[in-house]
Parts: sequence; C-alpha cells; structure tokens
Amino acid sequence: MTGHFISRLSILKRDRRAVWVGYVLVAVGLALLPFVVDNTVGRTWVRIIDFALIYAMLALGLNIVVGFAGLLDLGYIAFYAVGAYTWALLASPQFGLHLPFWLILPIGAGVTALFGVMLGAPTLRLRGDYLAIVTLGFGEIIRIFLNNLDHPINITNGPIGINRIDPISVGGLDLTRTHQFFGIEFSGTHLYYYVLLGLVMLTIFICVRLEDSRIGRAWIAIREDEVAAQSMGINTRNVKLLAFAMGATFGGVAGGLFASFQGFVSPESFVLLESIMVLCMVVLGGMGHVSGVVVGALLLAVLPEVLRSTASPMQEQLFGKVIVDPESLRMLLFGLALILVMLIRPTGLWPSPIRKREFERTD
Amino acid sequence: MDIFLQQILNGLVLGSVYALVALGYTMVYGILGLINFAHGEVVMIGAMIALTVMTILVGSTAGLPVALIVALAIAAAIAVCMTLAYSIERVAYRPLRNAPRLAPLITAIGMSILLQNVAMIIWGRQYKTFPRLFSSEPHTIAGANITDLQIVIIIVSAALMAALLLLVHFTRLGRAMRATSENQAIAGLMGVNVNKIISATFVIGAALGAVAGVLVAANYSIAHYSMGFMLGLKAFTAAVLGGIGNIGGAMLGGLLLGLIESIGAGYIGDVTGGFLGSHYQDVFAFLVLVLVLVLRPTGLMGERVAERA
Amino acid sequence: MDMRILAKISRQACAALVGVSLVFLVGGCGKDDQSVGENGEAVRVVTIGHAGPLTGPIAHLGKDNENGVRLAIQEANEAGMVIAGENIRFEMVSEDDEGNPQKGTVVAQKIVDAKVAGVIGHLNSGTTIPASKIYHDAGVAQISPSATNVDYTNQGYNTAFRVMANDAQQGVVLGKFAVGKLNAKTIAVIDDRSAYGKGLADQFELAAKAAGGEIITREFTDMSKTDFTAILTRIKGMNPDLVFCGCLDSQTGPMMKQIRNLGLTSTFLSGDGCQTKQFLTLAGEEGEGAYASSPGVPLASMPDGPAFTEKYTKEFKQEIQLYAPYAYDATNTLIAAMVKADSFDSAVYLPVLAEIKHQGVSATVQFDEKGDIKGGAISLYKVTDGQWEYIETVGGGD
Repeated sequence: MTGHFISRLSILKRDRRAVWVGYVLVAVGLALLPFVVDNTVGRTWVRIIDFALIYAMLALGLNIVVGFAGLLDLGYIAFYAVGAYTWALLASPQFGLHLPFWLILPIGAGVTALFGVMLGAPTLRLRGDYLAIVTLGFGEIIRIFLNNLDHPINITNGPIGINRIDPISVGGLDLTRTHQFFGIEFSGTHLYYYVLLGLVMLTIFICVRLEDSRIGRAWIAIREDEVAAQSMGINTRNVKLLAFAMGATFGGVAGGLFASFQGFVSPESFVLLESIMVLCMVVLGGMGHVSGVVVGALLLAVLPEVLRSTASPMQEQLFGKVIVDPESLRMLLFGLALILVMLIRPTGLWPSPIRKREFERTD
Repeated sequence: MDIFLQQILNGLVLGSVYALVALGYTMVYGILGLINFAHGEVVMIGAMIALTVMTILVGSTAGLPVALIVALAIAAAIAVCMTLAYSIERVAYRPLRNAPRLAPLITAIGMSILLQNVAMIIWGRQYKTFPRLFSSEPHTIAGANITDLQIVIIIVSAALMAALLLLVHFTRLGRAMRATSENQAIAGLMGVNVNKIISATFVIGAALGAVAGVLVAANYSIAHYSMGFMLGLKAFTAAVLGGIGNIGGAMLGGLLLGLIESIGAGYIGDVTGGFLGSHYQDVFAFLVLVLVLVLRPTGLMGERVAERA
Repeated sequence: MDMRILAKISRQACAALVGVSLVFLVGGCGKDDQSVGENGEAVRVVTIGHAGPLTGPIAHLGKDNENGVRLAIQEANEAGMVIAGENIRFEMVSEDDEGNPQKGTVVAQKIVDAKVAGVIGHLNSGTTIPASKIYHDAGVAQISPSATNVDYTNQGYNTAFRVMANDAQQGVVLGKFAVGKLNAKTIAVIDDRSAYGKGLADQFELAAKAAGGEIITREFTDMSKTDFTAILTRIKGMNPDLVFCGCLDSQTGPMMKQIRNLGLTSTFLSGDGCQTKQFLTLAGEEGEGAYASSPGVPLASMPDGPAFTEKYTKEFKQEIQLYAPYAYDATNTLIAAMVKADSFDSAVYLPVLAEIKHQGVSATVQFDEKGDIKGGAISLYKVTDGQWEYIETVGGGD
C-alpha cells in the first residue's frame, strides 16, 4: 500500500511537465465532454450528467457529515430541499422576487448552514443509529412542512410546487436557453454542465483541503473515538455542529442549482428515498474518501439510466425476447448491484488508503 | 368522550401492528447492531403470499372451511418469510459481519429495493384486494366501534409478544440469544453456536413480520408491493422510541407511536386552533421521538449502551 | 498551489471521466426510420412518446396509460396510415418517469432526443409541468391524458394540451353537485396532499362554499397511508352531511370501509381517481352509496366506448385501471391532427391540433385557446349493487 503511494509521489517528482500535460488533457476532455456525449448518445445524457454532478455535490456534502465526522445522517435531503426552496422563493413569480443568482447563492448557503446547525444541535448527545433515526425524522419533518405550507398562509404552494423559477443568468444571458459563442451552439444543458462542473471542482477542492486541515483531523478524531477526541482538547460540540453546517451548505447550494436548472420544485423531489440514495453513493464509493465518493455519486446517478436503456436489449440477447418489463428489471438490477458491490468490496469501490489498510488489518 | 375512546382504539390497533413489526427490527438490532431495512419488505411478502394462498383456496372447488383457509394462508406466509429472512441473512449480512458498520446497511437497502421489484414482477403493479374472511359488522362498546378483525389484531399481537418474551427469558434459545447480544465472541466461547442463534433471530422476527403483514392487509383489505416500506419505517421509529434492542421497548414504542399518531391527527387541529391540521400527524410523531431521545438518548426502555466507535 | 493537492484534484477529475465514459459503453443505437413493410413497399416509422410512472406506488396507472397509447397505435398501424405520401408505421417510445419531477425532465429530454413526432404524457401534474418546458423548447406537441393541475396549460406553451377536464372544471361540478343535488349543508373535505388531491379538494371547497355549503373541517392524509381512522374519527365527531375526498381509489377504497366501520353515516363523494372498478373491489359492500365523478361521458354511452373496453380487456388481460381511455383518446387525437395536417412535423401540425375536433371514446376532444379540453363534460356516478351507476352529465356538449 505504502509502496504504491511512494511510487506515485516519485512520478510526480520525476516529470512535472508530464503532469501538466495530463491536467490539460483532462481539462480539454471535460470541456468537450458535453459535445461528445450530445453527438454520440444524445442530449439526454448531458442532462443525466448534469444531474449526476448535482448528486456529486450532494454526496460530497454528506461525506463531510458521515464520512469525515462519522455522524450517520439519514435526512440529508432536507438541506437540498431547503436550498432548492430558498432559491425558488427568492427567484420566481411566487413572491414576485427575482434576485440575481450571485445574491441567492450566498443567501441559500447561509440559510441551509443555519438549518444544519438547528437540526444538528438537538442531536449532539445522540450516537450511531439513534442519530440516524432522528435525522431521518427531521428530513421528513422538513418535507412535510414544505408540502403543507400553503395553508393558512401560502408560502410554498404545497404539493403543487413552485413553477417558473428563474434560471441563472449572467449579464442578461439566460443559462437555460441556447446561445451561440464563437459560432458554436451551446444549449442550456451544456451551459449548466460547465457551471455544475466548476462548482463540483470547487467542492472537491474544499473537501480535499478540509480533510487535511485542523478541522478535518478533528472530525476524523471524533469519528474514530469521541471520548478520546474530547480528552485531546477538541471541542466536540462545535466541531460536530460545523460538520453539520458545512455538509448542509453544500447540500443547499446543490439544491439551489437543481431548482434553477429544472425551473420547478415540488416536495416530491425530496423524499426519504433520495436521502438513502445519497447515502448509498457515499458508502458505495468509499466513505470518507473524496475521490471514492465522487465515483460513487456519478456511478449511482448514471447506473439506473444505463440500466434503463440496456434492460431490454440484454434480455433480447439472453433469452431472445423481452420477458420482464425493462422498468421492473431496472430497479431490480440496481438493488442487486448495491448488494454485490458491498459484498465484494465492503469498504466501498474506492476507499481511502488508510481505511482500507485498517480494515485489512483488523480482519 | 366516545370520540376520544375511539381514537384510543384506533391507536391500539395501529400500534399493535407497529409493535409486531418493530420486534423484527429490534431483535436483529439487539444482536447485530444492524438496521434491517429489508424487514418491511419481508412483511409485504408475507401479506402477498397469504393473499395468493387464500385466493387459490377460496377459488378452488374443495370448499374448505374459512378457518382452515386462514390457517393455511398464515402458515404459508410464515414459512416463506422465514425462509426468505434466513436466506437474506446468509447472502447479504453474514459475509459482512466484520465489515465497516455501514456496509450491511447498504446491502439491506439493496435487498429492500430488490424484494420490492421482485414482488412487483410477481404480483403486478395493481393494488390487490385482500379477501374478507371476517364479518366487518362493527361492535359498539361505549360509543366506540371495533370490528372482529381489529379485536383479533390486538389479541394476536399481545399473544405473540407474550410468547416472544417467554421465549427470550425462559428457554435455552432465549438465553443463547441474550448472551449473543451481550457479546458474540464470549457467547461463542461459552458454547453458543452464534451463527445459528443469529439465523434464529432473523427467522423469528420474520415470522412475526409475516403475521403482521397478513393482519395489516386484512384490516385494510388491500395489499401492494410498496406497502412494506412506510410500515417498516414507522415500525423502526417505534423500535427506536422504545429503545432499540429492547424487546419490551419495541412493544411499548409501537403502541405509543400508534396512540401518538391517532391522538395527534385527531386533536392537533383543536389544540393549535386550526393553525396546524392532520397533515402534521407525522411531524407530531417525529417530534415526540426527538424529544424522547433528547431527554433519554437511548429511548424509553433502552439500557445505557457502551460507547462504540 | 501545492502539487499534491493538484494531483489529488486531477485524480478526482479522472474519476469523473471514468464514470461518465461508462455512458458511452451503452450508446443508444439510433434506429433507422426507414424500414420495409410486409409487401415490400417503403414504410416510414414515426415514433410517439409516452411517459408516466411505470414503477412505484402508482405504477399500475402509468402502465394503464401506456396500454391506452399502445392500443391506439396498434389500431392506427392496422388501419394503415398514409401521411405526406408515405406509408407510416407508428411506434411507441415509453419511458418511466417514476412520478418524480427530476426523472420527468430526464425522460422528457430522452423522448425529445428520440425525435418523436409527439408525446402523450405525463400522468401526474408534478411531472407534467416541468417536462412541458422541455417539450415546448423542442417544439414537440404534448397531450397529457391525466394531468389536471390548472397550471399546466397556464404557462402559455403552444405545445401543451390535455384531454381531461382540469381541477377547476371538475371541482366546480362536484361542489355544485354536493350542495345542490345531495343537499349537503355541512361538508368535511379530505385530501391526500398530492398535487392532484390538493388541486381537486381546493376547487371543490371553493365551489361548495359558493353554492352555500359549509366546510366544517379540512383533513389531510398522505399517499402512502391506508389507515385513516384518526381523521375519520375526528370527522365523525362533527357529523357532517357529506365527506369529500380528493384521493385515488387505492385510498378511497380502504377509507370507505373504515368510514362505515366507524359508524360514520355521511354521504361519500370523490373525484375521477375514485370512479374505478378497483374502488368497488377494495371498498366491497361498504362502498355502496358512494358518489364519484369522471371527466367525459360514460364509456358505455359513447359510440366506440364498449368496443374499446372489450378490446382493452382482450389485449391486456386486465380491467381498465383509470385513465387508459384518455390516453387512447389523446393518442388518436394526435394522430388525427397529423393526418389532417398531412405532416408529422410538430411545427406543421400543431396549429391543426389546436383546432381539431376528434370523436374519442371518453369525449369529443376539442381544445380551447389554452389547450384545455373544451366543454370539459363531467359525469357523476353512484355505487348501486356493487356497480357504478350513471347519474348525470354536467357541462360539455358542442
């Protein structure tokens, strides 16, 4: 394991130029990706990748709470919902407010951070699965409120949801419409891809920096042994609340982007199953490991869509005809995939080296 | 007053079912520390199997007596659910016994999705009507109505819970289960076959779940492949409320949650002057849960658990 | 910037690429839209999209709609269509939106990508509204068989149509009926907190109040629930003349049973989600005397109604669940517009669709300037001897 790490370092030292070439290639690849995808497999997949990027942000946020600080949160989608509704209320005909995105983004982040602390505070004494069920409860409470705050005063439109949410617009440029730059046509889905990619990159950067910071170490200490962490002088209350707030903020920003991208929010998008899905992304990818979590998120967001288009051709090839409806089979295979991956790689697809080592040692 | 009594009765019926399902969660949690997300689906399969057996037997020309049909259907449901739970544990949980804590949680979620979709393929997407085997003519007690089936639900649940308590506290198997939940390694050293005991725990929980599934489906005369998820979630909440891992706690939590929901939906509007209505029924239930846990972090009857990393 | 961090970040980026390249492995294979018919003549394949929840709690309704579309397409193909001088074979692209608004936009994009000539869907208002933006941007005609939320056609999209009376149209009829015909003075209203249930219950409440009824309570439930005893007991304490529920049959069925078991004797009234065979079996003997409405006129009274029912049961070996006739009508209306415009290009046939008059099995389909069905006839039914008995039709007519 260590050998692998050292060899990687030495490659870095050996040829910095080669590394830079690598960066440029990756950057060009990512920049061209929507066009390649659009022209080979269709625009749907650009949209799917956009949503996958939103999920990646969500998973990274949850990873701070679950992966770094070890606090099992089953209601994480609530922050996504709060972020989405904050955006929807501040930039839609609902209240006639149309704030610009550079104002909503920090407001949304602030509001969700506040919610993170509010929901985190009462749960500080709880451990493990008690925490899980309380956060689950909070997640449901938020959804139920969003679903019912149309009466007696109409705030959220209730189950009907909020429609015609403003898209991000830069200098009068509406990002959901198709625009031409340098003679190349950029559709809304493409433009959002770049916005989302940038934000995911930023999130990754923050997460990676956090992990190695004083705070990150404190989170990991709490995860490994709360009592020991406390006796080492870590203020576990503040550090835990910070984890909730940070995680919530990422979720909130992701939610805001979701609302503006889709132009419509309703409580149906924030059900418990979504929380569970994001948790699956974190655990399946490799809890506590930023790269792993990103892979997990992209994989689980894309997999159901891949299964959607392969479920019937696969049957045709295997049995010569479609026996089971593709849509029934899709989720079945998805469930099966979750089980198999965990059985084969219990620490996740791409666990952090330390965690993997620990697991192998104790076994 | 009769309205209040009726709400209490409603709560008891609802709570009995929650309690029965909660036992499955709490027993498994007590021994493995695992939230068995797939338990709700086992309950659903129980209802579906019973439904199928009843439909076949009622439709057959043999003209069997109703009691026999019910007995056969429940027996079939219990048998299938036990086998299912046994296999789930073998396939999805046992290989992960020493894995990181969240790994089996994900396989449990995967199992839940898998079972739901298998059920959808087998039984279709339609809501199924559960055959009516009891008279639905209600009895009136002090102004409150209760049907035969509801009386059966309360009695059967109480009897099964009593039997389970006896099993856990007064038999060899029960002692082995308690030992295993205290400490698996030491129980093993004391000559307890830990694997066998864990399997037995799953199987017993599934049997109770199967009965609960049949009772729920019969009470509302409806069965659907998605019915297990919410029921499981509520039951799990009940288990935590009572103190997860504690059998008495699951019963108390189940009954309490049923009462809270019923009283909450019934009176929340009056109490808040119409500001909050019955749509906040679940909020009310979850708030009680949060309050209980904030004041007693291990649930109502939970013992203080040792710190675990 | 520290090299190590950069390396780390680039590794994440690589990871992203790897994940995404998975997508390419599947690669949607584009279908050739020219194929050869049985007799050797060239046949052009024209696809019609369908979207609805094919998994999840209301998957049975989604499949029902899909069946309606499938049946219409089969018939059109058997009849042999010629549009713009070419022999046409219709094919359906059906996608599962899971009843989830986000998946709704993904499958909408997917349907647009598949170069469909038109779309039938979605089922829920919650998915139909966000998806309608994508169809509108792509200029593809969309006819929803069952989305009843008023907002859907209020967005000013020339591509959005529906063949079912919206919540306002249906709510008004139900409200007037409750107070005027059923003589209800005190009314309890229940909704299931879905976009459908809320929409219908709100409009009912308005209309009932306007007609002079008193709404004594508004109670709520959840689409995942089957136990309503708590709210019904509360209602029993108020003893209203009538209980109205904006819910689907999978809820009104068990609800009806619980109402009678609790000894609540009020009249029961519900909307189109309840006027089904399924309700009759779920509610059993307790369903006796329940009232419900349904958009359009009774299938049996329409010229092609009974034939449709027979064809459907024969083809799919199951009863019509709920909205299949509307999906069937929507598809036929779309095809009729294409034939009349002699084009399967949305841009050409959209104006024709807006003006069309098509004799369907549920109603005569004709759209108003917003895309709502004109007239929007609503029929009322009552359960008598375990069957839905027709009472009257309100509105509609030409």
